[in-house]
Amino acid sequence: MKKYRIFDHTADLGIEVRGVSLADLFDNAVSAVADMTADRERVKAQEIRVIRAEGSDREDLWVNFLREVLYAVNGERFLIAECHIKEIDDTHVAAEVRGEPLDPLRHEIKKELKAVTYHQASIKQDAHGLRGRVILDV
Amino acid sequence: MSDRRPELKRLDENRWQISPVGGMRVPGIIYSSETLMKQMGADESPIQVANVGHLPGIVKYSLAMPDMHWGYGFPIGGVAAFSMDEGVISPGGVGYDINCGCRLMTSRLHIDHIRDHLKTLIMALFQNIPSGVGSRGVLKLSEKEEKKVLAEGSAWAVARGFGTAADIEATEDGGKMPGADPEKVSARALERGRDQLGTLGSGNHFLEIEVVEEIYDEPAAQAFGLELGQVAVMIHSGSRGLGYQVCDDYLARMVKHIGELGVALPDRQLACAYVSSERGKDYLAAMACAANYAWANRQLLMHRTREIFEKTLGMGPKETGMRLFYDICHNIAKIETFPLEGRLVKLCVHRKGATRAFPPGHASVPASYRAVGQPVLIPGDMGTGSYIMAGTQKAYEETFGSTCHGAGRVMSRTQAMKAGRGRSIAREMADKGIIVMASGKGTISEEMPDAYKDLDAVVDVVHKAGISKKVARLRALGCIKG
Repeated sequence: MKKYRIFDHTADLGIEVRGVSLADLFDNAVSAVADMTADRERVKAQEIRVIRAEGSDREDLWVNFLREVLYAVNGERFLIAECHIKEIDDTHVAAEVRGEPLDPLRHEIKKELKAVTYHQASIKQDAHGLRGRVILDV
Repeated sequence: MSDRRPELKRLDENRWQISPVGGMRVPGIIYSSETLMKQMGADESPIQVANVGHLPGIVKYSLAMPDMHWGYGFPIGGVAAFSMDEGVISPGGVGYDINCGCRLMTSRLHIDHIRDHLKTLIMALFQNIPSGVGSRGVLKLSEKEEKKVLAEGSAWAVARGFGTAADIEATEDGGKMPGADPEKVSARALERGRDQLGTLGSGNHFLEIEVVEEIYDEPAAQAFGLELGQVAVMIHSGSRGLGYQVCDDYLARMVKHIGELGVALPDRQLACAYVSSERGKDYLAAMACAANYAWANRQLLMHRTREIFEKTLGMGPKETGMRLFYDICHNIAKIETFPLEGRLVKLCVHRKGATRAFPPGHASVPASYRAVGQPVLIPGDMGTGSYIMAGTQKAYEETFGSTCHGAGRVMSRTQAMKAGRGRSIAREMADKGIIVMASGKGTISEEMPDAYKDLDAVVDVVHKAGISKKVARLRALGCIKG
């Protein structure tokens, strides 16, 4: 099964992510953001950053975590190559991401993801594991 | 939360009603036409119109304009007004791109003056105006200077030689929203805004050279200084990363305290705070900063465009006669006064993908246009051109002085990419005589005309419904996109 897929939303973009565990789900969501923003093969895993987030429940944590990931890319211009979830429960997450600062000579931002929205953000369990959905403003 | 499409009852030729059900406090009213309603298919925006009707202190109805489509929280094309005492302010009801808007510059140039220079002009604009994802501007602001931009808006740019006092007069709110407090803007937002002033951005943002092709209302066009064959420039941009961050910061803060509202919301993206609360006031002060940043941004983009025209055409400012016709915002919340049950009442009006359309005689309309009404700018999709309309008394009384803001998407970006596969949209546009240049590889396909509703059909609805009137139509000649 694919780790994530893009689903249609009239004005924006949705991503549906799969994971066998919560850590796997969050890890795959970072992959989706990393792939959508840059050509990941060109991003070197040379710097480590820790991204932390909190939430009142799983859905809130899901959105807050992705907001932090997006800030690393848009705000700090840090492109992500890899992600490892170090700690996670329903209200806290700590992820170690490896990547490098955006170098306009080597990298191209493929798509501007303006923001992560709370609209229809969900995490559900089905026969295949966990399925998380989120809509991004583009 | 209701995720079922609500029942729509046709009220008249151009209006559909959603009757209040469940937690809805007011009905929903959608301005549209039979064709546009059919085209909408399974789009979820009617559910969103109903959801907005749940918010505390909403006045009269939750409105949607004919360009409406599925957004997040509020529908795009949504208008809602809230009581100052019992109502709320919602960052999601303004959107991430705070004060995303349009400005139109008119000129003394006739299409014959520029026909042979069009390609050179578009090339020069594309090379000199930073556009595309995360583009950086020429100006690098210190934190102190950036805070001045946030407090002063267009005036900051004009004071530094990027424009004239006449530009300020022709900008909604004089290009400065009152109540801006830079101390309410986060360090993250400031950081993102530091080097993006004077940049166009990506996605549906554009700068387009247009020509006045049709005039519907001669006296109004005359008062607006419009004539057939006249060259104009439309700029569509907003508050860039700074605005997105302000929305994101305050939305998260309001979600965190969502329980304190004392009301269950159908969608977390509708998170809000009472207008009179500290959180509500803080957001309004930060939102005003982002609005001012957007006005300064469009002012810089316009000034640069004027310089490029002069240099490319070898003309002085008197010969080109490029002046700001008007600048409007279409993602904003405003404290404005409207007639309600026989008296004038202050309300907090959200326009999420909707344009202000104030009537003739209103004090907020620039003196030179006051007899006609506020100019309304309705940009079309890439290469379609635009409409200039005028605000009406009916809009003031019926839609909190609001009308549509553009064509509105019908296709998602992935659908558009699929539809564009194997085609050169740039070539198709060139065959129609329109030059398009874009920074992003997929931008031209994503923004192809087929992805949008028919602009003429959208404008016809608001014209027939009387919430703004057609003055002129402009045709696109060339366009640069992010």
